[in-house]
Amino acid sequence: MALLDVSNLDVRFALRQGEVKALRDVSFTLDRGERLGIVGESGAGKSVAAFTLLNLIAKPGYIAGGSIRFDGQELTTMKPRQLQQIRGNKISMIFQDPMMTLNPVLTIGEQMVECLKAHRRIRTRAAREIALNKLRQVPIPSPEKRLDQYPHELSGGMRQRIIIAIALLLDPDIIVADEPTTALDVTIQAEIMSLLLELCEKHNVALVLITHDLGVVSQVTQRTLVMYAGRVIEQGPTREIINDAQHPYTQGLINALPQMATPGSRLNQIPGAMPTLSRIPSGCAFHPRCSFAFNDDGSPRRDCREVIPGFVRSGNCDVACHMVRDLVENNSDARDPVEFQEAP
Amino acid sequence: MTTSASAAPSRWARFRDSYLVYSFKRDLIAQVCLVTFLGMVLAAVLAPWLAPMNPYDLAQIDILASELPPFWIDGSDPTYVLGTDAQGRDLLSTILYGARVSLVIGFGAVILQAMLGVTFGLLAGYLGGRVDAFLMRLADIQLSFSTLMVAIIVGAVIKATFGGAIYSEYAVIILVLIIGLAEWPQYARTVRASVLAERSKEYVDAARVMGFRAKRIMFRHILPNTLSPIFVISTVQIANAIISEAALSFLGLGMPETQPSLGSLIKSGFDYLQSGSWWITLIPGAVLVVLVLVINLLGDWLRDVMNPRLYKG
Amino acid sequence: MIAFLIKRLFHALLVMFVISVVSFAIQDNLGDPIQQMVGQSVPESERAELREELGLNDPFLVQYLRFAENALHFDFGYSYFYNEPTTDVIMRHLPATLELVFATTLLIILLSVPIGVYSAIRPRSWLSRLFMGVSIVGISIPVFLTAIVLIQIFAIGIHVSLFPADTAWGAWLNGLLSTSGGMPAYGRGDVTHVFGTWDTNFASLNGLTYLVLPAISLASIMLPLFIRLIRAEMMEVLQSEYIKFAKAKGISMRRIYFLHALKNTMLPVITVGGVQIGTLVAYTILTETVFQWPGVGLMFLDAIQRSDIPLIVTYLMVVGLIFVITNTVVDLIYGLVNPTVKLTGKPA
Repeated sequence: MALLDVSNLDVRFALRQGEVKALRDVSFTLDRGERLGIVGESGAGKSVAAFTLLNLIAKPGYIAGGSIRFDGQELTTMKPRQLQQIRGNKISMIFQDPMMTLNPVLTIGEQMVECLKAHRRIRTRAAREIALNKLRQVPIPSPEKRLDQYPHELSGGMRQRIIIAIALLLDPDIIVADEPTTALDVTIQAEIMSLLLELCEKHNVALVLITHDLGVVSQVTQRTLVMYAGRVIEQGPTREIINDAQHPYTQGLINALPQMATPGSRLNQIPGAMPTLSRIPSGCAFHPRCSFAFNDDGSPRRDCREVIPGFVRSGNCDVACHMVRDLVENNSDARDPVEFQEAP
Repeated sequence: MTTSASAAPSRWARFRDSYLVYSFKRDLIAQVCLVTFLGMVLAAVLAPWLAPMNPYDLAQIDILASELPPFWIDGSDPTYVLGTDAQGRDLLSTILYGARVSLVIGFGAVILQAMLGVTFGLLAGYLGGRVDAFLMRLADIQLSFSTLMVAIIVGAVIKATFGGAIYSEYAVIILVLIIGLAEWPQYARTVRASVLAERSKEYVDAARVMGFRAKRIMFRHILPNTLSPIFVISTVQIANAIISEAALSFLGLGMPETQPSLGSLIKSGFDYLQSGSWWITLIPGAVLVVLVLVINLLGDWLRDVMNPRLYKG
Repeated sequence: MIAFLIKRLFHALLVMFVISVVSFAIQDNLGDPIQQMVGQSVPESERAELREELGLNDPFLVQYLRFAENALHFDFGYSYFYNEPTTDVIMRHLPATLELVFATTLLIILLSVPIGVYSAIRPRSWLSRLFMGVSIVGISIPVFLTAIVLIQIFAIGIHVSLFPADTAWGAWLNGLLSTSGGMPAYGRGDVTHVFGTWDTNFASLNGLTYLVLPAISLASIMLPLFIRLIRAEMMEVLQSEYIKFAKAKGISMRRIYFLHALKNTMLPVITVGGVQIGTLVAYTILTETVFQWPGVGLMFLDAIQRSDIPLIVTYLMVVGLIFVITNTVVDLIYGLVNPTVKLTGKPA
């Protein structure tokens, strides 16, 4: 049985202008020690997905359907008190901006000790020992001193290390990291990322890494899930997705990577912009930006405006795309890249 | 081809379709408040025609009819719907005239505050440096001393300098001056803050590069963009000015009893509270509270609608 | 850091300087000590002599410096009306005002924090809406009117006969809405002598009952402001990332509300609060007038009516000093609570 089993998750926001569907029919699983990347442009619903995993969606957002099973327990219907025992304990989280994540008026020590005390019967002295130990693991110079410092006395990179230490405090089963390096200096990003990877491997912690950076995903994760406008459009082994993406959107993302462009030429952008969640196009949400949404004679493909019934299996990946479905159905060897590139 | 005139919606159409009007149509409290406020302003403006008698005209006053209760209490006289005060003046008439005085002073004081505050705020925000430091320090000191206190002191000094008789004669102008002078820092601070925010934007740089003079940049380019916070605080400031006037009148530093505002009506009635004639003080009091309350509620509503930070989710 | 302290101190001195200049200008222009000393009958030549002798013909600056020097010794001359040093008059009236302000501050702190926090945590509950509705009405009622209404209800009493008294429910409703009054609303009642000029209301039940209505009226203007301020700040803090992170850590909601959120909420509240507590002193003039509370506010108003210029000037200086002291103390407290302001130079 998978450690985490998310199925058919629907999250909505009840706004003044009406309901907005932030997540639609999201399903995936995560095994013990596995590292999963969730990729997409901003506004694709990645962060919502991250917060939903801990059932931390704040009003006006709410879980409208589906289930999140962690270790056999259903999180969507769990009582707040029980949920509190899982948060920070079994599943912990790393936030995007370390400058905003720590409470400015409490010392690092207070913020670490309270977390331990919330989940274990433990004395302050013993809790401080554990905290010190974790601070040494993320390595932070002179950790004893840090415990009595306030967040504003530390740099952003240092703070993110502390947040990682807090996430590891109770030896969780899963860490959900929501863009953990975006807010940091480029020079520190790689350092923090490799630290996170190293610690997850060492302690056999499963990682859900939310990012827009396919490069990071390819280095850190084993499996990848690509999101667009609140839906999962492609998921499978990271290597397969990076090397041979099926969905036109994923291909676009990969082609947009700077290292994919020929030097001196323009970067390969995906034309258009992600739709706002209140105005998602019908059918395949990507079709207005998709260069494959046309027939050979240039007329628009009708089926792209219709809802995709489900995923189509292509190799080890699940893809939600009419074009890929046609390829798979017409050709037993749809994964042939040559064949694929000639398709349009 | 559409002409540019038909492409750009008229001012009225833009106003009609704006978020302001949209949320007004959906907010019952705002509608009730606006109607009440306009009704009160109208009644005050039309006081000479609406009031059953002229409280300034001594010939109409019947001293024998003093301290008559309002119509729902035994012993009332149907001539005087809301009863009479200690001098035998019809309470309804004095309230209508009193509300007029209160509103005139309230609006006058706010106009003065706004002129002073906007000018100083623009200067401080745009010129910066020493001008800014001086004006803001001054504003700080004045605010830390509390506006009511400043108003009382200025009032006391004017009264001591010119004597009570002259003070009473020019009370309206003096009160507008006092309250205007006491409250300008509120505007100056708000305007300065929005000027600082606007000044860093590109269009101001562009205007400067194009060689516009400072005065033109301030009044034609920056000021329009600071209008919505000015508008929001203006509502609150009118309410405050009316309360300040009432407080000064209550302390004997405001309108004389011969030409009463709502505040001096409350003051003159207070002496008769112990003898049971509560209506002389409490009915004008209720009118004052309703007036200030509807303005405050409108101000609250405006702040909610105009502050984009509040309706993000 | 020391720099912070010095900056605050410098600001305080600057404010006192401005107040002293204003006070002196008032005294210089309005007060005629000769008139007060010798009366009308003395011929003009003698007056001029006396004027010269007292240094009243000296240049403005010289006179100001003399005023300032005396002010540093708390010497502001004699009150025209009381015929005794103005500082003595002030000291006699000050304890009553300070006790009133103290009781009011206590009331504000004890009520505004729980109500503000509650209505921030449960903004949609009917109780929060009620608090918000009452607080906007409270802001709209001038202090003196609140005082008058309280006197009518609790001191004089109201007799409601709106409902038919011959039916059981009518009589019951009439009785329910009527009050018998009886609360003291005039003066200070029985006070207990502590020392010097300080008599306290807090030592006896009788003294406390006299404090109730004035303190409630004085609180009525600030309490709604504080409730709204605390609510707004708290709601903003609750949106912040560190609150979400605390939730993600599995901390109990009680600890999140009352430690994580409240501590951050109180920072701006302390700053605004300090200024407002100073403002309370101004409002004591109104409250003391209505309740004939024998404090400096009432004394000041009487001094204005009597054109007792030295007393007015002394009052200004003393109240200015109180404002400056409260503001400085509040700044220090802010520095202590907010770790990003370092007071000592050592890491906190």
